[in-house]
Amino acid sequence: MKSGALLRTVRLGVSSLLLHKLRSLLTTLGVLFGVSSVIAMLAIGEGASAEAQEQIRQLGSQNVILRSVKPPDDLVSSQQSRISSYGLTEGDLERVRGTFPWVRRVVPVRQLQQEVRFEERVLSPRVLATVPSYLDVTGRVLFEGRFLSEQDERETANVCVLGYEVARHLFPLRSPIGQRVKIGSDYFTVVGTIVPRVPLGSDAPAPGSEVTGEVLIPLSTGWRWFGKLQVKIRSGSRDMEEVALHEIIAEVDRPEHVEAAAAAAREMLTRSHKKRDYEVVVPLELLLRAQETKRIFNIVLGSIAGISLLVGGIGIMNVMLATVTERTREIGIRRALGAKRRHIVVQFLVETVVLSVGGGLVGILLGLAIPLAVEHWAEMRTIVTPTAPMLAFGISAGIGVLFGLYPAWRAANMDPVEALRHE
Amino acid sequence: MPGGNGAPVAELRDVTRVYHMGAAEVRALDGFSFTFRQGEYWSIMGTSGSGKSTLLNILGCIDRPSSGSYELCGHEIGELADDELSELRCRYLGFIFQSFNLIPQLTVLENIMLPLFYQDEPPAEGRERAETLAARLGLGERLRHRPMELSGGQQQRVAIARSLVNDPAMILADEATGNLDSKTAEEILDLLDELHGEGKTILFVTHEAIVGRRAQRILRLADGRIAGVEEGMKDGR
Ligand SMILES: Nc1ncnc2c1ncn2[C@@H]1O[C@H](COP(=O)(O)OP(=O)(O)O)[C@@H](O)[C@H]1O
Ligand SMILES: [Mg+2]
Repeated sequence: MKSGALLRTVRLGVSSLLLHKLRSLLTTLGVLFGVSSVIAMLAIGEGASAEAQEQIRQLGSQNVILRSVKPPDDLVSSQQSRISSYGLTEGDLERVRGTFPWVRRVVPVRQLQQEVRFEERVLSPRVLATVPSYLDVTGRVLFEGRFLSEQDERETANVCVLGYEVARHLFPLRSPIGQRVKIGSDYFTVVGTIVPRVPLGSDAPAPGSEVTGEVLIPLSTGWRWFGKLQVKIRSGSRDMEEVALHEIIAEVDRPEHVEAAAAAAREMLTRSHKKRDYEVVVPLELLLRAQETKRIFNIVLGSIAGISLLVGGIGIMNVMLATVTERTREIGIRRALGAKRRHIVVQFLVETVVLSVGGGLVGILLGLAIPLAVEHWAEMRTIVTPTAPMLAFGISAGIGVLFGLYPAWRAANMDPVEALRHE
Repeated sequence: MPGGNGAPVAELRDVTRVYHMGAAEVRALDGFSFTFRQGEYWSIMGTSGSGKSTLLNILGCIDRPSSGSYELCGHEIGELADDELSELRCRYLGFIFQSFNLIPQLTVLENIMLPLFYQDEPPAEGRERAETLAARLGLGERLRHRPMELSGGQQQRVAIARSLVNDPAMILADEATGNLDSKTAEEILDLLDELHGEGKTILFVTHEAIVGRRAQRILRLADGRIAGVEEGMKDGR
């Protein structure tokens, strides 16, 4: 058929559909909602997964993180000695530094239980004693001033860098740079602040503080003023904890080496620790797992979408079968006047495709509107990938063809004489 | 046989059409042989159930004989595929039905042009031809109307225009005046006379004697066989 003829067939199809406006409208609803829910769910899923992946990436996809973990069986020993001693040691640090292949930089972190004060304001953020490369390796960004320097480290300087939230809380009205805050019983000069990161699930606010945030001081200074022992007040009793290092972040030279480095770290720790008082966190593995989760999510979503579109398609087919029966006489007339079977097939196929693509297009618009509404009202992040509407359009056209074929075939195979006699 | 000088348009030889009703067999046409020639105007008459419509359906290539042969304008239709039959209907035949059979969602003009739509190579001047025909049949003002907005007589005129638009070799009419009042029927019959005068070949099925007599010749059917051939009023007037 020539393009002019096809255009006429489409116009004719539309005018036939307009003869029954309400029926046509109701028929398209299945595809309409199917398509819009596919796009909306994809956008919401994509947004959630992007957020999760971003959080993981903040941990550093090229990092292997060794962490101290209080072992579960430590309860007994702590009852006896009231001092629980566990976790990563300086020996571990040396081994990571000295013997690990592919490790580029190693950042030790100690976490101190200290109050931070300025004038009458008090906070209990995480006080981290660490080295200058922390900023780079963890991908944090300086907001104001400067970060800890090698010189601070050498001189065990009483300087600190505040997390953005801490800075805002202690210095709501002015810049904290150059101010002196009290950490524990000593005064530290604020030299800089850092930008907050997207909050992580593990970043619960420190006890007694509603603010998630941290304060960073030089590692050497931490050792000098706050020793190894830390006092924890838990349900009225005083517990002493002895932890040398809370975290060792090892930055690997290339992403391909992350897995091997993690395996080496696990092996090293298994050999040197009797208790399981450590964990090895590999952000890259988390990332891969998040991607796997997303893949499964997409499969589930795809199945749901497939089913709803199937239902929509069946609805269209149902109506088209009724239409074919209703228009039996018209089919007979057209056949008598010289229409070939394929003319009849095309005519009804065009009508089904017009229905499903019409529903699909409105569904795409609705599907694009829903994520906007979700972002506005539920404050969730959504991402509409350009492939989603294109895919939805293709699917709805495909549904039109697929579910239109049988009714069109039925129409085309009617006996002209019988069809003409039909009332 | 009267006449017999025009070129054969439709030649039927020993055509039988059998319907099976369970175990019973109905021979709607039974060994029917006849030749319709160029320029003839026949009315086909007979009681109800005598096989008139069956004959017309076979002549119209929308039904096939159970046995026997049918040649339309030199094409033996026995061996033709469905698409080729459609092709023949497009090229050689025009249909006029009792209940007009216009397509409601199309305008008058679109209805008239419908047979051209299905031709492999629609004539470039098809639209002009349709408009000329419509004007001639007094439908010039109605081209954009839908069939439902027209009277019965007007609708049948649209159907006649449609049957003429492809310049067919033979026009087949089944009880074409059956749904019209006598005055309107008269007008339609006058129109057919006029077309016959222009050399069109017309086969007109009817069971009404007054209508049948208007044709050039009358072919009487009974039980699927030829019961007689008579001269109509037209030549004897
Ligand atoms: N589709 C059919 N199935 C069975 N019998 C049929 C069918 N069509 C016609 N007949 C029978 O064939 C005979 C001729 O019918 P038809 O050609 O319609 O007669 P007419 O048009 O002269 O009234 C009748 O006996 C009728 O019952
Ligand atoms: Mg009949």
